[in-house]
Amino acid sequence: MSVASWLLWGFVGTVILTTIMAGSQTLGLTRMNIPYLLGTMFTANRDRAKVIGVGMHLVLGSLFALLYAAAFHAWGAAGWWRGALIGLVHSAFVLVVGMPIMPGIHPRMASEYQGPTATRQLEPPGPLALHYGVQTPVSVVLAHVVYGAVLGGFYRLA
Amino acid sequence: MQEASIRDYAIIGDCRSAALVSRFGSIDWLCWPRFDSSSLFAALLDPIRGGRWSIAPAEPFRSQRRYLPNTNVLETAFETDTGTIRIVDAIPIASEEQTFRLLLPEHEVVRLVVCTRGEVEVETHFAPRPGYAMKRFALRDRGKLGFWVDMGSKCIIFRSDAALSIHADSIAGRQRLRGGEALRFSMSFSSDAPAPLPPLDPWVRDSIERSGAWWEQWIGRAKYEGRHRDAVLRSALLLKLLTYAPSGAIVAAPTTSLPERLGGPLNWDYRYCWLRDASFTARALFGLGHAEEASALVGWLIHTTRLTRPELRTLYDVFGNSPKPERVLPHLRGYRDSRPVRVGNAAQCQIQLDVYGEVIEASVRFIRAGGSFDSETAALLKDLGVYICKHWKDPDNGIWEPRGIRLPHTHSRLLCWVGLEGLLELHWKGHLRRAPLELFKQTRDAIRREIELHSWNDRLQSYVRIPETEELDSSLLALALYGFEAPSSPRMRSTFDRIRERLGADDWLFYRNRALAAEGDGAFGICSFWAAHYLAQGGGPLSEARDLFEAMLGLANDVGLFAEEIDPRSGCPLGNFPQGFTHVGLINAALSLHEREQGVSVTDDRASRSDAALEIRG
Repeated sequence: MSVASWLLWGFVGTVILTTIMAGSQTLGLTRMNIPYLLGTMFTANRDRAKVIGVGMHLVLGSLFALLYAAAFHAWGAAGWWRGALIGLVHSAFVLVVGMPIMPGIHPRMASEYQGPTATRQLEPPGPLALHYGVQTPVSVVLAHVVYGAVLGGFYRLA
Repeated sequence: MQEASIRDYAIIGDCRSAALVSRFGSIDWLCWPRFDSSSLFAALLDPIRGGRWSIAPAEPFRSQRRYLPNTNVLETAFETDTGTIRIVDAIPIASEEQTFRLLLPEHEVVRLVVCTRGEVEVETHFAPRPGYAMKRFALRDRGKLGFWVDMGSKCIIFRSDAALSIHADSIAGRQRLRGGEALRFSMSFSSDAPAPLPPLDPWVRDSIERSGAWWEQWIGRAKYEGRHRDAVLRSALLLKLLTYAPSGAIVAAPTTSLPERLGGPLNWDYRYCWLRDASFTARALFGLGHAEEASALVGWLIHTTRLTRPELRTLYDVFGNSPKPERVLPHLRGYRDSRPVRVGNAAQCQIQLDVYGEVIEASVRFIRAGGSFDSETAALLKDLGVYICKHWKDPDNGIWEPRGIRLPHTHSRLLCWVGLEGLLELHWKGHLRRAPLELFKQTRDAIRREIELHSWNDRLQSYVRIPETEELDSSLLALALYGFEAPSSPRMRSTFDRIRERLGADDWLFYRNRALAAEGDGAFGICSFWAAHYLAQGGGPLSEARDLFEAMLGLANDVGLFAEEIDPRSGCPLGNFPQGFTHVGLINAALSLHEREQGVSVTDDRASRSDAALEIRG
């Protein structure tokens, strides 16, 4: 496996993914702010949370690229469409499985069933993260598909 | 729901946005996320379509209100035949340390209802109408997580421990409260998901206490110890509330289109920052000891004016950009049918030469308070001086911004003189090097000659608004306030007498000028405070200054707030509310009065300026 290629294109793909998600928020497609969501696991301060969240997202994105790279090697080939396909599955997993279990992972997130408590005060994302805006799934899928396509298109197996 | 008049409102805010709360328990005006954003509630401008959030007894009541001491937290007591409730309203504000520690909503309004006697049935009606009642939204009930007003990329979250339900496009409910029982309400704004949803108990009470403590510690820094402390501190609290914290800009008022004349078309959007207000505001803030806010204001001025250097616009938004073009909202009926409702302000395209002097004068006050400039700022100020030298003779729209006509205004020329005097003082103090001093001195002297020769009318024995005319204007009082004339000089005293004779609406109130009074305008609050300031500076006896000042204080509403104007017939406020500039006038007049009472020279500014001028001349 090419470690340099994984690290480089994993990082680049994550930067693009993060930018698409932030752009979707700026364009009014969603309220979801991934860095803020991740950062509030560690701090209540809004500004600090976003900085921590950006760092976390870049690291996590690069780690996820390892799975993509493993899949390319199992396939014996990379390519943008293979990457995009994995990105589609990845985004579906995030929306269908990841988001609904966020209240169980995030120490500051309220549960749909219990309401906010003193320690859990953040709005839960709900199914498909629809609580953060009805077009949230669209931007999440788009961002992950582009992430996968970039990774698949530029990753070198050898 | 009773229709409130302007005087029935009080303001709450968080130095980013503000809400007007009526004495009937209704929030009738709120723009989120900042002062000049579109409205969420605008019943102030259209009780039917505009949207509101009311909490009040279901049965007839009498209400009485106050701000909790030294805060911008409002408390209204509603008394009915069966009992009494108190509603405490706040837009929470927190210290830096608390912001770091707590998970705070982006913006929030909290309301705490407590039954203090007997039993009262409390009625709640929440009718959000985002985007000046033009934006589509969806109301969703998310159970324990509250109600969501979904506006696409942004949402409002409305939560309460009262029993409420959705009725068409509103949320409403009634609940009977007994002595000691309480209801808590929170409405928050979110553009970032996930939105914080702190549990209402004890969040609402804690937010109110936290906000009260923050305002108390802020106002505790005020140095004023005079006899009008309550009015001065209320004015200072208002100015701070109208400050946009992220930039230091101060908006003129939080509202748009409250009419200068009931039923008339003189309805303007004041949710912007006027350069004109700068020097008087800086004087008020420095005078009260709030150097941090004054310095932030000067910083905003300098940053803003860089963008259009050396030409200045009349007004800017809170970040120093040009507001969107003025437009009319025909679907809103206007306050008491005063159409049109406008958003945006076309005065931004006017030429007003006084703003150059205002910016320089505010900068001079910053230096006098111990500040310093970088070389780029000094170069900017120098450029403003050169611009004055080229353009001071040009006609302009003048301080009152009448639309269409440009004339050579004495007030504008006075401020050009003030600007050049200020630059010479800056040079003398070592803050302005490599400036064209000779040009500045010659132009300054030429402006003085021009005003003394052509803006003085021998027949009237008064300075006049437009050179070679007989028109008077209350802004001529600024000749003394800026040190062009000594307050006790025969010319200034005689000018004051003429203004009082011809522009006095009654014993205490002044119109701006006859041209505008003839149109049916109210009297201008700032003009009366200028008059009190002028008298306190030595234009008349101390008792006269005090009487005028205290009579004006009597015209504030029950929580000490002034609009831009006052109807001389009814004493009712007119125009946008509450108006920062009127309160700036109040503070400056009070500071001068206090100095006079203490026997302190109230002409310090002029003295230092004259010294500077002498030094330069020497």
